[in-house]
Amino acid sequence: MEILKKYPKLFQWLFLLIVFFALCFAIDVPETYKFIRGQAEFVKDPNQSTFVFLGKEVRYYAFDVFWRLPPLLGWLPIWINDSLFFLMNDWMPMEFWNEDTQEYKTRPLVLQITRNLTAFMTFLIELIREILLGGLETIVAFTSWDWIDANPWAELPGLPWTIVAAGSAILAYKLGGRGLAIFAGLAMTYISIFGQWKPSMQTLSFILVAAPLSFIFGLSLGIAAFKSKRVEKALYPILLVMQTMPQYAVLVPALVLFGVGDHAAVIITMIVAVPPMILLTLLGLRAVPPEVIEAGRMSGCNNWQLMFKVLIPTARRDILIGVNQVIMVCFSMAVISAFIGAKGLGFNLLLALNQLNIGLALEAGLCISLIAILLDKMSLAWANKQVDYFGNLNFFQRNKNSLFFGLIMIVGIALAYFGSIYFKDGYNYLFEVPHNKGISTADFWNKGVDWIFDTFFVYIKAFNTWLIVEVLQPMRALYLRMPAIATIVLVVGAGYLIGGTRSALVVCGLTLFIALSPWWDRALVTTYMATFGVIVSCIIGFTVGTLCFQNKHSTKFMLNVCDIFQTFPSFVYLIPVMMLFGITDTSVLIAVIVYATIPATRYTIEGLRSVPSGLHDAATMSGVTKFQRLFKIEFPLAFPHMMLGLNQTIVFALFMVIIGAFIGTEDLGQYILKALSDKKGAGIGLTLGICVAFIGLIFDNLIRTWVDKRKKHLGID
Amino acid sequence: MSEPVIKCESVYKIFGENAETMLKEANGNVDAKTFQENGCIVGVNNASFEVSKGEMLVVMGLSGSGKSTLLRCISRLTDATGGKIFIEGQDLLNLNNKELIELRRNKMGMVFQSFALLPHKTVVENIAFPLQIKGINTGESINKAMDMVKLVGLDGRENYFPRELSGGQQQRVGIARSLAVEPDIWFLDEPFSALDPLIRKEMQDEFLRLQEKLQKTIMFITHDFDEALKLADRIAIMKDGIIEQLDTPANIVLNPATEYVRKFTEEVPREKVLLIEDVMDSSATENIGNLKVLRDEIIENVAEKILTQEKTVAVIDNNNNIVGSINPTKIINTVFGGRKNNN
Repeated sequence: MEILKKYPKLFQWLFLLIVFFALCFAIDVPETYKFIRGQAEFVKDPNQSTFVFLGKEVRYYAFDVFWRLPPLLGWLPIWINDSLFFLMNDWMPMEFWNEDTQEYKTRPLVLQITRNLTAFMTFLIELIREILLGGLETIVAFTSWDWIDANPWAELPGLPWTIVAAGSAILAYKLGGRGLAIFAGLAMTYISIFGQWKPSMQTLSFILVAAPLSFIFGLSLGIAAFKSKRVEKALYPILLVMQTMPQYAVLVPALVLFGVGDHAAVIITMIVAVPPMILLTLLGLRAVPPEVIEAGRMSGCNNWQLMFKVLIPTARRDILIGVNQVIMVCFSMAVISAFIGAKGLGFNLLLALNQLNIGLALEAGLCISLIAILLDKMSLAWANKQVDYFGNLNFFQRNKNSLFFGLIMIVGIALAYFGSIYFKDGYNYLFEVPHNKGISTADFWNKGVDWIFDTFFVYIKAFNTWLIVEVLQPMRALYLRMPAIATIVLVVGAGYLIGGTRSALVVCGLTLFIALSPWWDRALVTTYMATFGVIVSCIIGFTVGTLCFQNKHSTKFMLNVCDIFQTFPSFVYLIPVMMLFGITDTSVLIAVIVYATIPATRYTIEGLRSVPSGLHDAATMSGVTKFQRLFKIEFPLAFPHMMLGLNQTIVFALFMVIIGAFIGTEDLGQYILKALSDKKGAGIGLTLGICVAFIGLIFDNLIRTWVDKRKKHLGID
Repeated sequence: MSEPVIKCESVYKIFGENAETMLKEANGNVDAKTFQENGCIVGVNNASFEVSKGEMLVVMGLSGSGKSTLLRCISRLTDATGGKIFIEGQDLLNLNNKELIELRRNKMGMVFQSFALLPHKTVVENIAFPLQIKGINTGESINKAMDMVKLVGLDGRENYFPRELSGGQQQRVGIARSLAVEPDIWFLDEPFSALDPLIRKEMQDEFLRLQEKLQKTIMFITHDFDEALKLADRIAIMKDGIIEQLDTPANIVLNPATEYVRKFTEEVPREKVLLIEDVMDSSATENIGNLKVLRDEIIENVAEKILTQEKTVAVIDNNNNIVGSINPTKIINTVFGGRKNNN
C-alpha cells in the first residue's frame, strides 16, 4: 500500500491494464469471425448486413459491437469518390477557348484548372529534361507541330554527359570546394558509365522542378502562417495529418485529379513535401529573438525587408532543414510516383523489383541515392556560402567559373562531335551512354544474391520460419484477438492518464474513426507490424546511440551515418532485404527496422548531448561512476528528447510498413496499393491514408503530451 | 531654448485586450491594481518629460519597471496606448508606416541588450545593414561600415561572424551598427548589462568617449544605478511604470523625491556624484585662501587638494570669477557624515 501512495499513477495504470485484460477475456471471438483477406470476398455474401447513408449502400459483416464496431463510416470512401468525380466532370461547366481547335469548348471548371496546371508542370519538366537530354516538346510549346515539321532543324540538342558532369563539378566547386567537386564529378561519371544516364536525368529534371516549387510554396505558406493566426489555425490540422500520412495514399486521389505521368508526380510531391517545409519555416521564424526583429525595425526595414533580410536569414538553420526534408521527400516520391507513370530511375527500380532482378534494382537505387546525396550536400553548401567583399579581383578571377564552364562547353561539344565520327556503330558514347550499353554489374549482384541464397538458404529459411511461426504469427493473432471495445478503452484510458480529458477526447476521436471505418482488422495488422518494428528499432537505436555517445568521434560518425541513411529514398531499403529474405513479412519488417532505427539512434544521441555540461561536472564531483552517471543523470534528463525520437520512429515505421505492401503484406498498405489500380479507388485510398495517419497521430498525441509535461516538470525547454 | 528633440506628454502603455477603453474610463487616473484585476498590465503610467539636443537621459529602474517599454514607445516599436510623443516636433504616433521607416532610417539608432546581431552576416555586413536597407549600394555601404569598424576599434575583425566574437566585441558591433546611419537620436536598451563588470567599465568609458565626439541625443536604459550616475546628464527613475523622479544625478542623491529613490541613493558614494557647486557656500566669499577650484569639478577629484588647506577654498566658474567658497569641514561632512544626517 505504501507503494501505491507513493506512485498514484502506477496504480491508475495498473487499473487500466486490468480493465483492458478483463475486457479481452470477457468478450469471446464470435464464431463467424474471420480475417477478411480480399475485398472481393464480401462483395455478395448473404450473411452480410447493409445500411444506407447519404444514398450510399454499405455492406458489412455484423459482429457484436463489443467485438468489432459496425463500419458506420463505410459510406465515406464512396462519397469522397463520387464527389471527386462530380467535381471533375459535372461541376460548374464553363466555356473555355481552345487554342488548338480555335473554338470555345464546354468544360467543368475544376477539370480545366487541373488540366492547365498539368500543362504548366509538363512544360517545366520538359524544358529541363530537354536541356539535359534533348527533344522537341519545348519548342513545340512555343510554336506548333506544323512549324516543327516545316523546320526540322529546330530541336533542342541536349547536353553531352561530359558537359553536365563537368558542369556539376564546377558548380560543386564554386559552392563547396574541392571535395564536393570531386564527389560531383565522380557521381556523374559513374551514372554515365553504368548506363543510367537517361533515367537519371529524367529523375533529376523531375526533382529540379518539384524541389524548388515545394520550397517556394512551403516558404510562402509558412510566412503566411507566421503572419496570420487565422491561416495558421486553418493549416495546422492539415499539416498534422500530412505528417503521418503515407505518401502512397496521396497518389490515388491525385491520379483522379491530374492523371498519369510526371506532371501528376510533381504535384503529388509538392503536396507531400510542402507541409514539413511549412512547419520548419514556422518553427524557425518563431525562434527568431524579438530583439533581432526590433533591431531590423530600427534599421528602418519595411515589412518586406524585415521578412527577407532579417527574419528568414536568421531562421536559416530551420529553413535549411526544411530544404533538406524537401529534397528527401522529392527523392522518395521520385520512386513512389513511378506507380503513376513518372519516368526515370524510380520506374526502372520498380520494374526491376517487380522482376526480382535485384542487381538492376541495386544499380538504379544506388544512382538515386548518389544524386540525392549530391543535391543534399550542394544545397547545404550553397546556404553556407559567404561573400568576400575585399578580394581585389580582376575580370578573369571573378569569372573564372563561368569562363571555365564555357571552355568545358566547347570541349564537350567537340568531344561529342569527335565521338559521332569515331563510334561508327550508332552509339556516341561521348554524348550519351545508352541504357543497355553501359557497364552493368547487375549480373554480378544477381549471382551474388544467388550464391548467398544457395549457401545460406538453410539458415535464412530457418530464421525466417522461426521468426514468422514463433514471433510474428502469435503477435498478429494477439492483436487481432483484441475486442474493439478493449482497444478503445486502453487507448482512451492512456490518453486520460497522460494528458487529461482533452487528450482522451482527441485520441478517442482518432481511434473511433479507424474503428468505424471498414478496415479495423487491417489497421490492427498495420499496428502490429509497426509495433514490432518500433520495439526492435528502439532497442537497437537506444543501445547504439548510447554506446556511440561514449566517444566524441563515434558520436560524430554515427550522426553522419544517420544523415546519409536518411537521404536514401525509402524504397531503396527494400532492395537489400529482398536480396536476403525474398518476398516475406520478414523482409518488410527488416526494412522497417533498418529505416526506423535512424531516428531512434539520432534522437538518443541528441538527447544525451543536450544534457547540460554543468550537470555532468556536478555528477562527477559527487563521485559517480560512468554507469551511475548514465542511469541517474543522463537518461532521466535525455528521456523526453528520446521519446520524441520514439515518435519519429513510429512515423518512419508506419511509412515503411505501408511501402512494404509492395512486397506483399496484409495490412492497410495492401488496400492502398489495390486502390491505385482501381478506377474508383480515390476515396478508398484517401480514407485508408487517413486511417494510417490517425494511427500515427494517436501515438504522436500521447507521446508529445507526455514529453511536454515531463519537460515542464524537469524544467528543460 | 531650442525645441526639445524628444518630448513625451502623459504617455501610457497598457497591455491587455481592452486597454484603450479602460484607459479612457480611468480618465487620467491609472491605478495598476484595478487594471490588473481586469486583465490589463500597466507598462508605462503617465510619463511626461523632454530631452533636449545633445543631452543624455538615463532611465533607471529594476526589471519590470517599464523602462524598456517606455523606450519602445518612443522608438514606436510598440504603439503607446495614450498620450503624445514628439520627435523634433513631429507627432510620432501620427506618422504613417512610410514616414516612420524614413524617420528610423535617418534619425534613430538603437542598441540592444542581447546585441541582436544578424547571425548570418559578418561584422562589416551587420554594420552596413541599415545602410543597405536605405538603398545605399554595396561598395559604398561597406566602405562606410569600415569607418564605423575603426571607430569602435574592431579593425581586423571585420570578416568575423558574431558567434566568433566575445560579448563586448559583439556589443561594439551593435553600437557601430546603430551609428552607421549617423542618427541624431540614439537609443540604448541596457547595452552593457550582459557584459562582465570589467568589460562593462571599459565599454562605459568607450561610450563616454564616443559621446564626447558625437554629441548625440541619447536615451539610455539601465538597471544599474552606478552606471546611471556615471553616464547621465539627467536620470529618470522608474517604478511600476511611473517616473518617480527625473533630475540631475546630484539632485537625486541630495534630494530624493520618494522613499524608493532614497533607498537607491543610500549606498552611493557622494563624493563621486556631487559637484563642488552642489555643496559650496555661495554667500560667503570672504576670508578665503589662494587655492581655487572650478565649480563643476566632482568632489572626489579635488577633495585631497581642499583637505590639505587650512582655510576655506574659493570656488570659481569657467571665467575665473569667484562664485562661492567651500571649507574642508564641508568636504569631510559630505564624504563621511552625509548618511547620518539623512537618518
